[in-house]
Amino acid sequence: MENALFTYALRLGDDSLVLGQRLSEWCGHAPTIEVDLSLANVALDLVGQAQLFLGYAGEVEGKGRDADRLAFHRDVLAWTNCLMVEQPNGDFGRTIARQFLFSTWQKSLFDGLAASKDQRLAEIAAKAVKEVAYHADLSAEWVIRLGDGTEESRARMADGLDWHWRFVDELFQVDAVVEALVADGIAVDPASLRPVFEARVAAVLAEAGLPEMKLPRAILGGRKGHHSEHLGHMLAVMQHIPRTYPEAVW
Amino acid sequence: MNDARAIMAVLASVPDPEIPAVSLVDLGIVRDVLTDAEPARVLITPTYTGCPATAYIQLAVREALDAAGMADVAIETRLSPPWTTAWITPDGREKLRAYGIDPPPASTALNSHPATCPRCGSNHTHEISRFGSTPCKALWQCDSCREPFDRFKCH
Repeated sequence: MENALFTYALRLGDDSLVLGQRLSEWCGHAPTIEVDLSLANVALDLVGQAQLFLGYAGEVEGKGRDADRLAFHRDVLAWTNCLMVEQPNGDFGRTIARQFLFSTWQKSLFDGLAASKDQRLAEIAAKAVKEVAYHADLSAEWVIRLGDGTEESRARMADGLDWHWRFVDELFQVDAVVEALVADGIAVDPASLRPVFEARVAAVLAEAGLPEMKLPRAILGGRKGHHSEHLGHMLAVMQHIPRTYPEAVW
Repeated sequence: MNDARAIMAVLASVPDPEIPAVSLVDLGIVRDVLTDAEPARVLITPTYTGCPATAYIQLAVREALDAAGMADVAIETRLSPPWTTAWITPDGREKLRAYGIDPPPASTALNSHPATCPRCGSNHTHEISRFGSTPCKALWQCDSCREPFDRFKCH
């Protein structure tokens, strides 16, 4: 399939960049300074991943677009991130719910991608997975602390998870791009990730004293550029400087 | 042709921008110097994927090489195998400790091992935050002397 590798690298980069940008909105607003530092650090790692994935996507595409070009000069319909990462932060419980689900998924994805037949994807994943292990750990600890905390913290944690369940299925979505690359040994088969993800989520929820997850009907569309209204607003903030002054340098 | 040792000596004089007590060689950021072909090549590696110092480090290496008359030496970035704290030299670990940062534990588990206070040497310490002032550090506190300190995260 033509351009499948470009699309796949772009999706990986878009997921990381959109979540990195979202998380950085917490900077200076988090509940404590330690949490502030943690979320900013996770955001930084995600932006770092995005630079590598988008840089590679641009090389594969071969039209002279580098990571910055792809990040700052694409309109919302051309973004291929999953819908979960573009969701507004909400309260701390909802942010932690998203981080826990995303990082748990990304950890097993990168573990698999490190064995990809595509050398660059394998290298990036092998590097990034060491950082994602910290993200998954941090967010799981918070799910447990909030779920097993006060009535208020438990309710907010449960609400946060409720908000995000409908976006879980999209993480495991298979389409022609994934199918073609799985056949070539380049992409990770989403079906192989699901048991690992579900087991980990179930274990953490049990420890947090939270009910088992029951997935509602999935909402899909992010990979095809069908986004919620939220993404456009986020991109407007992220892109307006480089778009206003396209040739500006530091 | 520049010989590898002379190039390495130049690189050993370049401090890490965020922890200036240690050099890029101490931290294992300089992966190798290859002089088998012209031009000689310096292989460097980012520590953390999103480390904001990465671009600066590249620039600092370029400037140091240029200043030493080695403008022909090329710089290449390598991701694989990924950088690990195991590459921090014994000398680098001692410099970190002297600077007030507990060097990374040898184990690869996520900071399961208690940190050693770089000020009083006590092992009665606890983690305050796994994410500290830079991507590579976590924040700890000593229960004996009560001082907070940075720990280099195991990676």
